[in-house]
Amino acid sequence: MAEKTPVKAKSALAQAWAMVTDSQIWTSLIRHGYPEDARTRSLAVLTNVFLHLHPAKMRKSGLRMRYTWCMGGLSFFLFLSLTVTGLLLMFYYRPTAEYAFSDIVYLREDIPLGIMRELHRWGAHAMVITVWLHMMRVFLTGSYKPPREFNWGIGVLLLVLTLLLSFTGYLLPWDQLAIWAITVGTNMARATPVVGYEGPLAQLLKLGDIALVHAGADARYFLTAGRLIGAQTLLRFYVLHCVGIPLAATVLMAVHFWRVRKDGGISGPM
Amino acid sequence: MPEFVKLAINALTAPSIFVTLAILVFFASLKFYRIWTRPKFALGLLVASILFFLISITDAHFQWIVSQPDNVPIMAMLYVVGFFYWLSLRQAAINDERIEQGKGPMEAEETNDRVHVWPDLVYTEFIASILGTAILIIWSILVKAPLEQPASLTRTPNPSKAPWYFLGLQEMLVYFDPWLAGVVLPSLIVVGLMAVPYIDKNPKGAGYFTLKERPFAVGGFLFGFLVLWILLVFNGTFLRGPNWNFFGPYEDWDVHKLVPLVNVNLSEFIYVKWLGTGLPASWFWRELWGILLVIGYLTILPPILAKTLFRTMYARMGFLRYNVMIQLLLIEFSMVIKMYLRWTVNLKYIIAIPEFFFNI
Ligand code: HEM
Repeated sequence: MAEKTPVKAKSALAQAWAMVTDSQIWTSLIRHGYPEDARTRSLAVLTNVFLHLHPAKMRKSGLRMRYTWCMGGLSFFLFLSLTVTGLLLMFYYRPTAEYAFSDIVYLREDIPLGIMRELHRWGAHAMVITVWLHMMRVFLTGSYKPPREFNWGIGVLLLVLTLLLSFTGYLLPWDQLAIWAITVGTNMARATPVVGYEGPLAQLLKLGDIALVHAGADARYFLTAGRLIGAQTLLRFYVLHCVGIPLAATVLMAVHFWRVRKDGGISGPM
Repeated sequence: MPEFVKLAINALTAPSIFVTLAILVFFASLKFYRIWTRPKFALGLLVASILFFLISITDAHFQWIVSQPDNVPIMAMLYVVGFFYWLSLRQAAINDERIEQGKGPMEAEETNDRVHVWPDLVYTEFIASILGTAILIIWSILVKAPLEQPASLTRTPNPSKAPWYFLGLQEMLVYFDPWLAGVVLPSLIVVGLMAVPYIDKNPKGAGYFTLKERPFAVGGFLFGFLVLWILLVFNGTFLRGPNWNFFGPYEDWDVHKLVPLVNVNLSEFIYVKWLGTGLPASWFWRELWGILLVIGYLTILPPILAKTLFRTMYARMGFLRYNVMIQLLLIEFSMVIKMYLRWTVNLKYIIAIPEFFFNI
């Protein structure tokens, strides 16, 4: 709540400013004065939907850069920046075997000052690294110990999703690097036990003489939507990359941040 | 750099020697963590590595491989990971010394101070995002994202590499079949990581860096992360060339490099080399010894270890926890064992039942 000061003792400028800050628009947007005392500082955090994932107060030791390495926060920052740059890339990119490559060439050659693709690719590489390092610091500070076991588990899922995001995105430029890296990666699924057609025990799934698991119906086919990487794979990876996995990651991040708070904030010695 | 030094380094980076050296350096770095993490010492290491890098870059092949756009972040990662390895062990060294003196870890001094999230944390986040944005923009202006020829399934590049963060798994493909390297191992990594908080019952070391109070947990994790993951990513990126052959850092990628493949299965060792009877016709008799060996490794070692090396740990953990832990550990270790078996006696499979696509 803005403090009301006696108006007549002030200069014209201050009077005009006071008119602004007393106006209905201003007070509806900014519900308290500049956060400079304990009360308004707490209010600044508590009344803002984004900031209120934070507590109002926290341990000083958890604020230290040398303790958290800032890696969880940087991972989240990179996720946000990848969301923005990814959205911009979607304006230019069509996920079809016919256009995908030429759209990337266009992005690369013809767009003035175009560094969107670079921002997105390097951001993705960086995020993989920051998530690994975040996990390392959480491990080395023993921050998975009770009561944080559950949040560590959520973190492991986030790690998997981060890698899958990166992996599905790798195919989209539709160049040699992309298609062969994904070929190498998805070929492994052929060998999944039981449900991959070259995997151990796959022969067990049979109806009479008819094999249920074969090159046209197994774990790899499920991933790539075809016996070879092709247009269908591109579409499948595109949808997962732009919608499916980011949605799942967003939900898990919300849970992750909430749990950090509910488990008593950043860990510290008891 | 003189030619003979290059040749020597090329030879030293052969997988068998390089991984052995890395394992030795790793354990030495844990053992002597209080010494080398001293700022002056660590700074010396940093300067030495930068000098080495700068001298190396005069070599044409080295320059080519480290300046591939996708390899730039991996090079940076090595330094960043190295820095944080130092930072964590440095703080562990300080804490462990303080704990010995009965002072408690340095984090404890501030843990009861409460600060306001606004401004202390919110400003930090704000500054970090601005710095992050700046770094990303500069990086993006300096290094252009790679783009190769349009996708074509008829022209296979040599080598074909998985995305860089999976190269550790691709490296494992050399030693294990895809169902293990590509499916079972990654699943076990995920499950194993999730199991960690339920296995590790050590009440100490929560909320501060330490090595002395939990050497086994820290050592086990770092071995997996630094040696079996980061190191193998490094190998896969910089030292694996055409036909997934190994090349030294100053060695040109020659597509025609011939590496003899003389790998032999355990059954062939037993029946052909030692008994001289030839392989039995039925897969069961042929593979029986390998099957017994693998089952023995996973079932006989745990109780023996529980009585000897891990006795106190077993007492603390109880039957179930101990067994989950030891299975994960034995499997982690089996990767190292299999690598060494390949390098020393050219062993291919311990169990080989191609009839069922079941090879270990
Ligand atoms: C997309 C990936 C991730 C994001 C954006 C993220 C974000 C964060 C943030 C912002 C924090 C607050 C403290 C800090 O910055 O260190 C945190 C804490 C935590 N994270 Fe993550 N994280 C991610 C992945 C992971 C992974 C892979 C793990 C572990 C396997 C993990 C486990 C934890 C745990 C246990 C805490 C609580 C630490 C403590 O209380 O000291 N997170 N995370």
